[in-house]
Amino acid sequence: MDMDLTKLTIKEAHEGLKTKQFSAADLSQAFLSQIEKKDKNIHAYLSVMSESAKKRAREIDVKITSGEEIGLLEGLPCAIKDNILIEGEKCTAGSKILANYVAPYDAAVIKKLKMAGTIFLGKTNLDEFAMGSSTENSGFGLTRNPHDPERVPGGSSGGSAAAVAANECLYALGSDTGGSIRQPASFCGVVGLKPTYGAVSRYGVMAMASSLDQIGPLAKNVADCRFIFEAIKGKDKMDSTSANFPVAPVFNKKIENLKIGLPKEYFAEGIDPAVEKLVRAAIIKMQQSGVKIEEISLPHSEYALACYYIIMASEVSANLARFDGVKYGFSAGGDANLETEDLLSVYLKSRQHGFGDEVRRRIMLGTYSLSSGYYDAYYLQAQKIRTKILEDFKNAFSKVDLIMAPVAPTVAFKIGEKTSDPVQMYLSDIYTVPVNMAGVPSMSLPCGKAGNLPVGLQIIGPHFSEELIFAAGQTCENLLK
Amino acid sequence: MVNQEEVRHIAKLARLGLTEEEVRKFQKDLAAILDMIEKLKEINVANVEPTTQVTGLENKMRPDESEKKGAEIRKNILANAPETKDGYIKVKAILE
Repeated sequence: MDMDLTKLTIKEAHEGLKTKQFSAADLSQAFLSQIEKKDKNIHAYLSVMSESAKKRAREIDVKITSGEEIGLLEGLPCAIKDNILIEGEKCTAGSKILANYVAPYDAAVIKKLKMAGTIFLGKTNLDEFAMGSSTENSGFGLTRNPHDPERVPGGSSGGSAAAVAANECLYALGSDTGGSIRQPASFCGVVGLKPTYGAVSRYGVMAMASSLDQIGPLAKNVADCRFIFEAIKGKDKMDSTSANFPVAPVFNKKIENLKIGLPKEYFAEGIDPAVEKLVRAAIIKMQQSGVKIEEISLPHSEYALACYYIIMASEVSANLARFDGVKYGFSAGGDANLETEDLLSVYLKSRQHGFGDEVRRRIMLGTYSLSSGYYDAYYLQAQKIRTKILEDFKNAFSKVDLIMAPVAPTVAFKIGEKTSDPVQMYLSDIYTVPVNMAGVPSMSLPCGKAGNLPVGLQIIGPHFSEELIFAAGQTCENLLK
Repeated sequence: MVNQEEVRHIAKLARLGLTEEEVRKFQKDLAAILDMIEKLKEINVANVEPTTQVTGLENKMRPDESEKKGAEIRKNILANAPETKDGYIKVKAILE
């Protein structure tokens, strides 16, 4: 075969299967070979499901051969972030505490993708429990950026972004609590969507910060991203915060009549000039095609990061209380090298040896913010400021249809560059966390390269405006070709 | 500013074991993070309502009924437990 199957888009791969240019088995094998060849150096995957992938592919080939219709995603191989449960497969969340955990059920998004006939190639690396911005916090080794092996892929969905960028899968799922889909998408030069809060069911994704977490797609282009979103969205009775997506979201404006806001706070000091230049160049192209651009203000942006760290850490401290060395995961009680005289010591030592540093830092920060005497000053204050951040976005969207901004202030940084300074690491999420605080949808779209390193443009819309974001993203993608 | 005594107290509340070296390390880290968070105190939000839910959902209720799951899922769940006995998860005694 002279065609490189790993470079196909969803539509191309689907057409190829339908017209029998290649089989589902060929397609899966092409990706498995690519993983074999490349992943030793990149380490995007924590586990590869070759046998089950091949088996599923053969089943789909039988269907195709017998002349049955196949769905758009049927037979297409994808990668899943390892904090999303696939029944019968290991799910580690990148944490030693779950090194041997086997998922007892499917996440809602996995059920939907299985129904759509997609093929799972494996589980991708992440910062432990999705806490980090570089995938260096994984308990199972770091992932390298396919564009430069000395640099991080971003995080926490770094494995998913790197797998898409290195053609080790057709598309991937990630999760985004403060930028964990968009920032790695930006660093790896792929398209990533953080959907509206509640647009996709969180059932079966390991909870990090429940009022902020969303599952979303990482893909090669805007169209692919949209197909995957269509397949995974929707209300689910197992997630009471999931929402009925407004039926047939009306997009009745011509792209030329769009008004796009540029928040002045996102182009302020601290941004790498090379990043700013590429983001502005993409926006100017949109302007030249007739889109109206105006400067806006999101005045509480400067408080968003601090606010996020209180709310996220508080929810983390509650959500991760379930890892107690009793119900599942690593237990100091069963470890020959650890003495456990009573139940308390099982708790203390299981969590001490099971969790990495960043997870423990955040649990302690959250416990502190929620503890008696500090609750009003930290947690309650942060929730009130969250109201102001949400109002900022509402006010902005009363004037403009969409917001465009950089995804991250820099390109992918060097491995080890920020690991010793947690606050420096947190600053790489400064343009992405406000979006999660407001629960609005946002897409990261590649808008060029500074040297050999990709830069992402962020397109933010009001709640449930994904269709509009896709339409604008598609226009922008075409203009940048 | 958080001191070492407070770090030990928080770790105990969170059921996290720490070595003395870790107490010193996390004291330094948490102090730096809390320093960043001090910024929140600049802003007066005395009359602002706190936000816990962003898309306007109200409380979601469902009938208070348990759902019966099969033996298979029970087996899979117990297979992940560090210690089991007679189909139950085993815990160290908490009463004499």
